[in-house]
Amino acid sequence: MKALILVGGYGTRLRPLTLSTPKPLVDFCNKPILLHQVEALVKKAGVNHVILAVSYMSEMLEKEMKEQELRLGIRISLSHELEPLGTAGPLALARELLTENSDPFFVLNSDIICDFPFAAMAKFHQHHGQEGTIVVTKVEEPSKYGVVVSDADTGRIHRFVEKPQVFVSNKINAGMYIFSPSVLQRIQLQPTSIEKEIFPVMAKEGQLYAMELPGFWMDIGQPKDFLTGMCLFLQSLRQTQPERLYSGPGIVGNVLVDPSAKIGQNCSIGPNVSLGPGVVVEDGVCIKRCTVLRGAHIRSHSWLDSCIVGWSSRVGQWVSKGCGREWVNSRTWGGDRQLVGERVGGGERRWGASSFLNPTSSPTCPQVRMENVTVLGEDVIVGDELYLNGASVLPHKSIGESVPEPRIIM
Amino acid sequence: MLKAVILIGGPQKGTRFRPLSFEVPKPLFPVAGVPMIQHHIEACAQVPGMQEILLIGFYQPDEALTRFLEAAQQEFNLPIRYLQEFAPLGTGGGLYHFRDQILAGGPEAFFVLNADVCSDFPLGAMLEAHRRQPRPFLLLGTTANRTQSLNYGCIVENPETHEVLHYVEKPSTFVSDIINCGIYLFSPEALKPLRDVFQRNQQDQQLDGSSGSWPGAGTIRLEQDVFTALSGQGQIYVHLTDGIWSQIKSAGSALYASRLYLNRYQLTHPERLAQLIPGGPCIRGNVFIHPTAKVASSAVLGPNVSIGEGVTIGEGVRLRESIVLHGATLQEHTCVLHSIVGWGSIVGRWARVEGTPNDPNPNDPWARMDSESLFRDGKLLPAITILGCRVRIPAEVLILNSIVLPHKELSRSFTNQIIL
Repeated sequence: MKALILVGGYGTRLRPLTLSTPKPLVDFCNKPILLHQVEALVKKAGVNHVILAVSYMSEMLEKEMKEQELRLGIRISLSHELEPLGTAGPLALARELLTENSDPFFVLNSDIICDFPFAAMAKFHQHHGQEGTIVVTKVEEPSKYGVVVSDADTGRIHRFVEKPQVFVSNKINAGMYIFSPSVLQRIQLQPTSIEKEIFPVMAKEGQLYAMELPGFWMDIGQPKDFLTGMCLFLQSLRQTQPERLYSGPGIVGNVLVDPSAKIGQNCSIGPNVSLGPGVVVEDGVCIKRCTVLRGAHIRSHSWLDSCIVGWSSRVGQWVSKGCGREWVNSRTWGGDRQLVGERVGGGERRWGASSFLNPTSSPTCPQVRMENVTVLGEDVIVGDELYLNGASVLPHKSIGESVPEPRIIM
Repeated sequence: MLKAVILIGGPQKGTRFRPLSFEVPKPLFPVAGVPMIQHHIEACAQVPGMQEILLIGFYQPDEALTRFLEAAQQEFNLPIRYLQEFAPLGTGGGLYHFRDQILAGGPEAFFVLNADVCSDFPLGAMLEAHRRQPRPFLLLGTTANRTQSLNYGCIVENPETHEVLHYVEKPSTFVSDIINCGIYLFSPEALKPLRDVFQRNQQDQQLDGSSGSWPGAGTIRLEQDVFTALSGQGQIYVHLTDGIWSQIKSAGSALYASRLYLNRYQLTHPERLAQLIPGGPCIRGNVFIHPTAKVASSAVLGPNVSIGEGVTIGEGVRLRESIVLHGATLQEHTCVLHSIVGWGSIVGRWARVEGTPNDPNPNDPWARMDSESLFRDGKLLPAITILGCRVRIPAEVLILNSIVLPHKELSRSFTNQIIL
């Protein structure tokens, strides 16, 4: 079988992470988002050809996909839309690839995480024999989404309602479909919305069926939901593969730790934390509900809650003495000197932390506090003793001042 | 023979010092590790010929005050007595009321010091200036910048003779950048003008009948009734200083004064400053640690930190620009910045207690503390965070720019609030 994954464009909602890496390659619980979907397609439904519909061609993505082709032993094609085609147009663009055989094919939104029901979907689709199957999931606040009204027994879909004002149904479109190739006759190569233009017609013709998704579901396209999705995923892992979760002194609840990560003493890690490869967590750190990406370094006695720490970032400054720094704007104030700025290497100014540079003094006491969906992009340095509340920090930035109210730091 | 009078005020005064003033009379609040007025007493005790120190105020004498007086008398080997006013008598009324005690023994002159100032007390220099040219009133003055001078008593002086030509208390427009430090040297003749004011006030009261618009009987305001009235008449002179000086009206200014005094300890009391020792906590800048305090070796303290008696500081604590009062506990990994942690309070693990300093601009040598109101436009201004006596902060929360009243047990984070 084949699968088309709607990867889309710049992934702007997941900035600042997607300023460094294309969204499909951002690690979710220590594995690229895309790979969660692709591996499940391969393992659960025997998919051997995955087509990625992208509107922004990334070299990084191409390179990574070539590696995965070899590793998984499948074929991965990239279908690149040069102008926006909406949510249905990309299917028309990939028409030739999709109709290489007459089997039904999967279509997925790339931001979805759940316990992928690809085998069940294939069976369900074969059973009702009509043109399309949509996976639906139950949510608490359906009016934020497109709602599906369907027959409880057969699953036949009667209609769609976009963001209904009154309660219509609590099942929403979960962003995973199976279509028979005949569906492509409905779609032109032009900007087309699948929810607004294609599905309603199919429903009216009785060609569209809904399969309910048991278990968790999340659209992880923005940081807040990314973290919620992580909690749900780790919880599901506790049920299905508990041996993958980490346990040890100071670990609380569901925690995923890459084998190359290091955790110091007297820490409190978890619940709901994922630590990527090469992550270092120093002594006395408390982390809850966070994703810490590859190579990041959390310095001692810091406290993090609901944050995403980007690749190679440093929470708490490491002051290395004798690295040729220049004192800028140093003030003498009551006899103490406060480091206000330093020049590093290629002339880029970095705002350092308050550190008293006494040659005999011990290392700094970092003590950073970060909370409320603070997101650090790649290679961000957060100075000692700072407080970040809902800060969204762009890559390669150094933070020298607290951010007490949510804002974006460029 | 010389004497000194320290005006310590009373409970109705110093409301800006709440909630700290609920526990201890403001004059006894520890600044740089010792009670506020101990700095005054130390300075007075060093003046040759000092015979006696009198404290005048209207606090009810309580255990804390009595104990302090006893200890101070022992340490400085000087009689130190508390004279309690029967009612608040203003900055001059107490001096007049207790004039007999002040003048007993025939002192050459007597210093008058406001308790709520922080200074390097250049009393010797003032005495010399007085002896060169004895006048009834010698005021210690210092310089402030133009805008901030409006918050203080302003002195216009004759630059050659140093006579005070004009005096205005907290004017609304700029008068002078020389301000009154609240530290004076009076000769016995100073009591005559005080008597005149007292008698005039009495007459006015009798004439008017109602006590509505007049100050209470016996009240004399030194600044308005004496300095302003007598300026330009050859009676009041000023001695200028550029040493450290600050008013201590609020908790924020107590922290700033603490920093000034701690810095001065390098000169006057180096034994009071904590040193870096192997196995001890990391010390940065000027830090005072009471000998009975227990501080973990992985803690990082300073600059400008005072740790009181019996305090416990846990592993990995970061403490900067703060005062921790006696018996308080900072548990592991806490971060306390620009705050005052009250007596017996407990700050839970990984909690962050943080305030915002409103210190004078360090790049302006004449900058002083701004007028310190709590609110502006109905919003609480970011300021030093204060935890009252026996406050309990749970683990992992953030207390930012807030004031917590005594005995409160918090259950969550707070920002920019007064918590009753």
